[in-house]
Formats: sequence, C-alpha cells, structure tokens
Amino acid sequence: MEQFLQQVVNGISLGSIYALIALGYTMVYGIINLINFAHGDVYMIGAYIGFAAITYAKLGFFPALVITMILCAILGVVIERVAYKPLRNSTRIAVLITAIGVSLLLEYVMMFFVGAEVRSYPKVLSGEVFHLVGVVINIQQIYIVVTAIALMILLQFIVHKTKIGKAMRAVSVDQDAAQLMGIKVDSTISYTFAIGSAFAGAAGVLVGIYYNSIDPLMGIMPGLKAFIAAVFGGIGSIPGAMIGGLSIGIMETLVSGYGNSMYRDAAVFAFLIIILILKPTGLLGKNTREKV
Amino acid sequence: MKALTKKNLLILGAILLTFTVVQGLISVGIINKFYEITIAMICINIILAVSLNLVTGFTGQFSLGHAGFMSIGAYFGAVINLQMESTGGFLLGIFAGALAATLVGILIGIPTLRLKGDYLAIATLGMAEIIRVVFLNLDITNGAAGLSGIPRYTNWLWLCFFTVATVLLINNFIKSSYGRACISIREDEIAAESMGINTTKYKVMAFAIGAFFAGIAGALHSSYFYFIRPDIFGFLKSIDILIIVVLGGMGSITGSILAAILLAVLTTYLQAFTAVRMIIYALLLVVIMIFRPQGIMGTKEISDLFKSKKKDERIG
Amino acid sequence: MPLLSVDKLTKSFGGLTAVSNVTMNIEKGELVGIIGPNGAGKTTLFNLFTGVYTPTSGSIKLDSDGEVKELGGLKPYNVTKAGLARTFQNIRLFKDLTVLDNVRIAMHQNIQYKLPSAFFRFNKFYNEEESLREEAIKLLDIFHLSHKKNELAKNLPYGEQRHLEIARALATKPAILLLDEPAAGMNPNETANLTETIEWIRQEFKLTILLIEHDMSLVMKICERIYVLDYGMMIASGKPAEIRANKKVIEAYLGEDVSNA
Repeated sequence: MEQFLQQVVNGISLGSIYALIALGYTMVYGIINLINFAHGDVYMIGAYIGFAAITYAKLGFFPALVITMILCAILGVVIERVAYKPLRNSTRIAVLITAIGVSLLLEYVMMFFVGAEVRSYPKVLSGEVFHLVGVVINIQQIYIVVTAIALMILLQFIVHKTKIGKAMRAVSVDQDAAQLMGIKVDSTISYTFAIGSAFAGAAGVLVGIYYNSIDPLMGIMPGLKAFIAAVFGGIGSIPGAMIGGLSIGIMETLVSGYGNSMYRDAAVFAFLIIILILKPTGLLGKNTREKV
Repeated sequence: MKALTKKNLLILGAILLTFTVVQGLISVGIINKFYEITIAMICINIILAVSLNLVTGFTGQFSLGHAGFMSIGAYFGAVINLQMESTGGFLLGIFAGALAATLVGILIGIPTLRLKGDYLAIATLGMAEIIRVVFLNLDITNGAAGLSGIPRYTNWLWLCFFTVATVLLINNFIKSSYGRACISIREDEIAAESMGINTTKYKVMAFAIGAFFAGIAGALHSSYFYFIRPDIFGFLKSIDILIIVVLGGMGSITGSILAAILLAVLTTYLQAFTAVRMIIYALLLVVIMIFRPQGIMGTKEISDLFKSKKKDERIG
Repeated sequence: MPLLSVDKLTKSFGGLTAVSNVTMNIEKGELVGIIGPNGAGKTTLFNLFTGVYTPTSGSIKLDSDGEVKELGGLKPYNVTKAGLARTFQNIRLFKDLTVLDNVRIAMHQNIQYKLPSAFFRFNKFYNEEESLREEAIKLLDIFHLSHKKNELAKNLPYGEQRHLEIARALATKPAILLLDEPAAGMNPNETANLTETIEWIRQEFKLTILLIEHDMSLVMKICERIYVLDYGMMIASGKPAEIRANKKVIEAYLGEDVSNA
C-alpha cells in the first residue's frame, strides 16, 4: 500500500508536467486542428532557457520560470507565423509534415549550438524531503504540483473570463463565423500558441529540476506522451488535458513500479491505440462526423 | 506473353546495362568501398520509400511507423542468417522477415486503419515504438546492445535485384484495378465505398504490401551493415523515409527513387555533420511544404513528362 | 414483391428524428421522385438506403431475382454490390483522377483477375484490363465524355461532372440508381438535356430510378410517382398530378399562412 501511494505521488508530479504540455497540444488542436509536433521541442528549449537563467544569470526558481515562459511564448508565436500560417489552407497532412519538420529543426539547431551531450540541471530548490504516512515527498514534487495547479487555474481564468479567451473559444468552434463577427482570427491563433508554448516552457523548467538532466532530444518522448494525454482526455478539451496528463503520469509510474520499466513507453502507446480504437474522441471530446 | 512489349524490353535492357556497368566499376575498383555504402543506402531507401509511398502517397494513409516493419525484417533476417551462414540462409531470412512484417502489418492494420489522418499517424508511430520496445526486451535480439557479426551476403547483385523487383511489383500493383481501388480511397473515401470498394480491405492490403517490402529492406540492411540494434529503427528512421516520399512527391514512384538518390548523396557528403544534415533535412521538409507541397514530381512519373498530352494513355 | 420495399424506416440522431416511419415501395422499372423542403430528410433517406447511415429501426428490402436482401445496416460497398448505386448532392468525383479512371474504379467490384495477375501481369491482366477499358469508354460515349477520357475530373465543366457521376454510378451495374439532386446548379438548357439522358439510360439499362430533386419541372415531367417528405415524415405520395393538387404538399412548400389565407 505504501509503495502504491508512493508511485501515485510520483505519478502525480510527473503527470502534472505532462498535463502542462498536453494543454498546449489540446489548445492548438482545438483551434487549428494541428498536432503541433514541435510542441515537445518548445518544452525542450524551455528547459535550456531555464538552465541558462539559473546557471549564468544566477536567477532563482520563480524569475527563471517567468523568463522561460515569456521567451517560449515568443518562440511559439514565431513558429506559428513562419511555418504554419502560410499553410492555413493546405491539407492537414501537409501541415502535419511541416510540424514534424519544425520539430526536427528545433532539435538539431539546438544540438548544433549546445552539443548533443546530457547536462545536469543546477540545484535551485533544496533537497528537503517530507515523510507522510510512509510516503516520501520531496520539495521539488511540491513545487511542480503547485506550479502546475496555479498555471492551470490561470488558464481557466484566461479562457473563461477574458476577451482573449472568448475569442479563442469562438475561433475553435467556427473560424469563419468568428472572423465575420469581427474577431481577429490570426492574432487569436497567435495568442493560443503563445499561451501553449509558455506552459510547455514552464514544464521544461520543472522537468529539468525533477529529472536533473536535459538534452536536445528530451522533448520527443514527453511530447508524444503529452499528446497521448491530450487524446485520452479528449482533444480540444482543457479539463480533458489535465485529467489525461495525470492519468498517463500515474499509469507510467505504476507500470515502472510494478511491472518492467522497460515496457513503460510501450504501455503508454498501447494505451493510446486502445483509446483511439474504442473511444477516439477521448473522455471529454466532442464527436464530429463528415457530412455526406 | 503480352508483357513482352517493346517498352518493357527496353526497360529490361536498361536495368541489365546499369547492373553490368556498376558491377564492372565495382570490380575494377572505380567505385570504392565508400561509394558502395552510398549505393547500398540508395537501394535500401528506394525500397523503403516506394513501399511507404504505396501506403501514404497512393492510398492516402499517413503512416509514421514504417521503420517498425523494417526492424522486423532486419531482426528476422539477422537471426536466421546468424544460424544459417549461407546465401540460402540469407534469402530465407529476407523472405521470413518480409512475411513476418506483412503479418504484423495485417494485425496492426485491421484495428488502426479505421483511424484517419493525424490520428492514424500517431497510432502507427505508437505501434512502431511498441515493436522497438519488444525488440529491446527480447533475449533472441540481445536487447539494447543489438546483434552484431551478421554475415554480409547483401551485395550489388541482390540490392539491384530486390530494388528492381520492388519497384516493378509495386508499379504493377498501382496500375492494376486493385491499385486504382487504393488510389480512390486517397481521393474520397466515402465516394470509394459507394462505388463498391471495401475501403478497409484495400487499406490493409496496401499496408501489408508496404510492410512486406519494408521487411525486405530491413533484412538487406542488417546483412549489409553487419550490425543492428533497436534504436536504429526508431521514430527518426520513419521520418527519414517519410522525407524521401514527401520530397519525391506523394504518389510518384519515380519521384521516390529520385529523392532517395538525392538524399543519399547529401547524406554521404554530410556524414560527419549529423546536426547540420538534420537541420538541412528539417528545413527541406518545411520549405517543401510551404512552397512545393507536391514534392519534386507531384503525382506524376518521369515517363509522363515525355508523353505528349494527346497520346492515349495505355496500360503502362 | 416490389423491387425495393422500405418499411417503417426511422433514423434519429440524438434527439433529432431525421427520418420517421417512412414506408415506400418501388416497383421494377419505375422512375420515382422524392421531393420535400430543405431539411426534410431526403438525403438522409438516401444515406440510409446506401449504407452511409444505419437505420434506428425499420427495414429496407431489396428483391434481387427472387432473393430478398435486407440492406439496412450493410456497409456501403455491400449495398453497391447488392445493386444500388448513387450520385451525391455535392458531386463527389475522384477529382484528381482522369475521367476514365473514375469509371474504371466503379468497375472494380466486378474484376475477375486476382492479385498475382496484378503483380506479375499475366495475360489475364492484359485481357481483362483491355475489355474493362473498352466497356468504360462505351459508357462514357453515352454521356458524350469519351473524348475527354484522359482529362482530370475536376477540369470538366459542372454539367459534365454531374454526367460523369451518373456514368460512374452506372459502371457498378446497378439495378436501382439513386440520383441526389442531379439537376442542382444546372441551367434550364442543361436540365432539359439531363432529363433526356435520364430517360434514355433508363430504357437502355432497364433501370429503376429514384431521384431527389428540387427542380419541379424535371420531377413533374419524368417521374411516374412522387413521394413527399416533410420533417422526416412522408406526407403524401402519388402521381405528379395528384401531388400538385395535394393540400398538405402545398402547405409544406408555401408555409401554413398562405394556405390558411
């Protein structure tokens, strides 16, 4: 039982990171129907920005987090403007291939500049540990979960209470109608990318702190898993992404804890295929079908 | 035999000539070991790209898992070849690998091919990852360390034979009624079903045929490069193959061949600079999609370029 | 027994009943029209017949040479195999393929040669492809399209695209042809032309035809019987003259205010 609780605690902290990344996938997919493959790499770059801010600028956790989020937001908007916007009217396959291209570009440009080697993350948080009914919780885990929850509350506020949020919801329902109602579709899409990328950047810093190592290809796997989380929760649904992220995180730690950690990734992908076949719309997704 | 047309004899002649010339150049040492590797890479990539093109370019099913099928062929080929060190063992390995890949293709294809577009892409990616993790954990495949010391039976003769066979067979398939059924799925799935095409059946068929040839490519690969391990066949390998198909033109066999040659040459020159090579690949993908999404050839073949428009299109 | 008998057919999407309790019988060789205001459920009815949708309840039975087949719930390709072929309201040709290929694809279900013949091009392949091609061109000739056989479908003018869609449907060798607004977007001249073609193919192929149409002149001119749908329900059926005089039909089309006045 204690071991189970321990795995769940670990799963929740890992899952909150997946949830933060999944939010970006789900928001972008909701608004322009694109699996933004490059999203996982924005997260990787976020980890490096946080690394630089802490190591070279000697900043603390929160200033480093904020700077990372701002820079990643800008990066997200630039990617959207340069690579995706010219393809607004292309086939979905074309946009998906572009996204894969952007993803590779970010990975290898980064590798070109910082090298392929794994770096260890600077210690910004104390290594303090709490014991709670036999479960070990460290201070990093608390920071991760609290930061993730705070950001998600902020997101709910933006989406439901602000003008930008209203515009985002309108564009995701019907782009043309939103345009006719005077909503600036292009800038709404840019805001969506900015928010999603800022969240991915935050996740990058958190994961750097949690795993204590970063490398240019670190974004691929968590990116894919976060996407799976978004699909599981119901792509396009913000609460769905949160639930999905937590579920995938917990599932992964349980598979590693009780089964074979080598099969961890395979289990997540098998889970994805099963969801796609049984309930492709996910837990909270909406059903759409082609009109004949 | 109706197949003995003037045009087909001409093609046969051209193939034999190319084979003899290259074989000659290899024997006298003008094509050295270094270029031989490039040639092997070109042939293997042509097989991979043409078979993926059948699935993605012609049938319109976006697959990000082609390297998974390749790895099945590679491991079957390697394991059998290590047991039976002979040309017979080599050919048996190729055949067994191709069949195993086909079987897995059918098993995976039946449930996943109901998905569309980007969902299918992610599902196939996931499936290839699962295959990789399985190879990573089996004893017979020696886990992450992989298999080494695989005897080399892949030479120019076999590379040429299997490349030509792949291109001819897939070309014949596409230009048959079965191929047209596959293409109709790419064009409009609902209309295809209404015209009596069992779309699931033909999607799985295309997927299985694609897997078969990817399996052959994998077995040739393992027997040429002595050595395989699971991460050679990861997500990035699938993307590599996809880039060839996209660059050449989705729906053009000659486009895939052209792009395979082009990229192999590029890779040879940039061998020492992995990051630069990948940056060029990535830029290529983005730039092609923005400025020429149909790739070099679009859905046309090189032979179409020489055909006058008015001339009747016969069964080619 | 009628060729096609539809019994108490119902389709609901969530709370919305798009087709409700529709019963109709189509005899062999008939030309029957289905009319009704926008959103009356006409296309949904076609989608039920052709397997695009599965009925919520009720049955669709096809009598093919004495053997009765239930079509409800079959996959579209099995419905086509059973002998129903259709065109679409918003033309769904294979746009980037040639006119000839559009027709040849529809002939695929009757192909005899097997996969090995396709891969290795045995003589069977050449013989059958040759006769397939001749047959397709013959069919295109009827619609005056054979000289355009190598053009891409998307490059045909609108009227010819409609014709090609009918040719493609005929290539599946159907017993019943379903036409979903074949005259939509055509000018009176083209419509007249189409009317003649429909009459002609009906004789030539001994077809039974069911058509949805908004153009009343076409429906009244060629249909022997007409069914009228409104809000998913059958409100009238009969000969064109009877339908023209039917009070319910007039109400459905013009709104109740007018008829009450």
